[in-house]
Amino acid sequence: MTCDELHGKLMRYVDSELPASELVEFESHVRICAACAAQALGLLQTKTAIRAAATCYVPSREFCLRVEPSIRARSKPRWLTMRLPGLALAVVAAVLLLASVTLVVDRSGREREFTEIADLHVATLASSNPVDVVSTDKHTVKPWFAGKLPFSFNLPELQNSDFKLEGGRVAYLERDSGAQLLVSLRKHQLSVFIFKTEPRGYLLPHETITSTRLGLHMESWSEDGLRYFVVSDAPASDVHDLSALLRKAARP
Amino acid sequence: MADIQNESGTFEELATPLFARLYNFAYWLTQDRSEAEDLVQEAYVKALKGFGSYRQGTNFRAWIYRILKNTYLTSRLGLRVATLSLDDDDSVVEPIANGTPESILISSFDQQAIRAALEGLPVHYREVIVLCDVEEMTYQEIAETLTVPIGTVMSRLSRGRKTMRESLKDASIRSASRSNLK
Repeated sequence: MTCDELHGKLMRYVDSELPASELVEFESHVRICAACAAQALGLLQTKTAIRAAATCYVPSREFCLRVEPSIRARSKPRWLTMRLPGLALAVVAAVLLLASVTLVVDRSGREREFTEIADLHVATLASSNPVDVVSTDKHTVKPWFAGKLPFSFNLPELQNSDFKLEGGRVAYLERDSGAQLLVSLRKHQLSVFIFKTEPRGYLLPHETITSTRLGLHMESWSEDGLRYFVVSDAPASDVHDLSALLRKAARP
Repeated sequence: MADIQNESGTFEELATPLFARLYNFAYWLTQDRSEAEDLVQEAYVKALKGFGSYRQGTNFRAWIYRILKNTYLTSRLGLRVATLSLDDDDSVVEPIANGTPESILISSFDQQAIRAALEGLPVHYREVIVLCDVEEMTYQEIAETLTVPIGTVMSRLSRGRKTMRESLKDASIRSASRSNLK
């Protein structure tokens, strides 16, 4: 395959549309041609960049909640449902269905958020500079976030507990900035993430959620317009204890 | 790339996982939150009503996206777009430029710039890029969704991406000029 022939197939390659027979020849060429390899890589990166940038619009909680009554309003008049019980059942089923659409969308969104939070925690621990402000003093760490975040938050006194504040950094969940605090407990590290609940609050119900995945324990709740996540490989009871301290601090 | 999904199941099982994605697609079509919500809501109502006509085992995703797209085409915004002529030759796939990979340019931009470039595309280019790059549909699925030939899908993808690259290149030059003036 020549470089010119390859260029005619680049788009189908990055879109995974190249037949297996042509794929072998294509990949053999890019292994020995740095220019074509760079071209293919650039296009693959482009595709990834567009996907990341364009997956950005999410339905609001209000919209999800509005779907149900709007469907109910479109249902048949009552006299019809009385005369046609089968139809009535279908309408009720449709209403229930749309309600469940909202719930399941909520649930899948929540799972995605938990996965992202876990990824942020693991990436932080793998970093050679896990925190940008290194301090065990909450009076140093909290002011460091001033001007960096569109909100403020309270931190608990940890001196009389087994937890030790290590520092903090600004974290990003999708496009929203938030605070990440690193706390140590014995040989475990715990991350505390704090984000504004809006505009993505619809993904996160206001009750406390606990979750365990891939050996990580997580607890999450909303308080005063902020969403808190505590995640760690420490036992779930320790995650809960730190969560309780944070909840207490958030309610002066 | 996701495989074409030939699916069976209840409407709930098939439609629920697509709710947020359909909304994202609707927003890219309409460029307006309120219009996107109306579009998704109407598409779901139509899909519910027409679920009896959906042939179990065929590609549900292409079916419901087609309903949304057709709903858009008959909406106020869609009708306005439809009046714009498509005077390009849909059968031509633009070759990708040889030499320095300017495609790398796109990945070096921030997400806001990429979104702006995508927003600036005509709808018929924007929709194929969103369906291909975001929804990871195959050319065949996109063709089914938009009811156009596969050749048209490929040429629109090619031209849309080229226009995006040029748009980002221009933005980059403008940005560099501003920096030099300071």
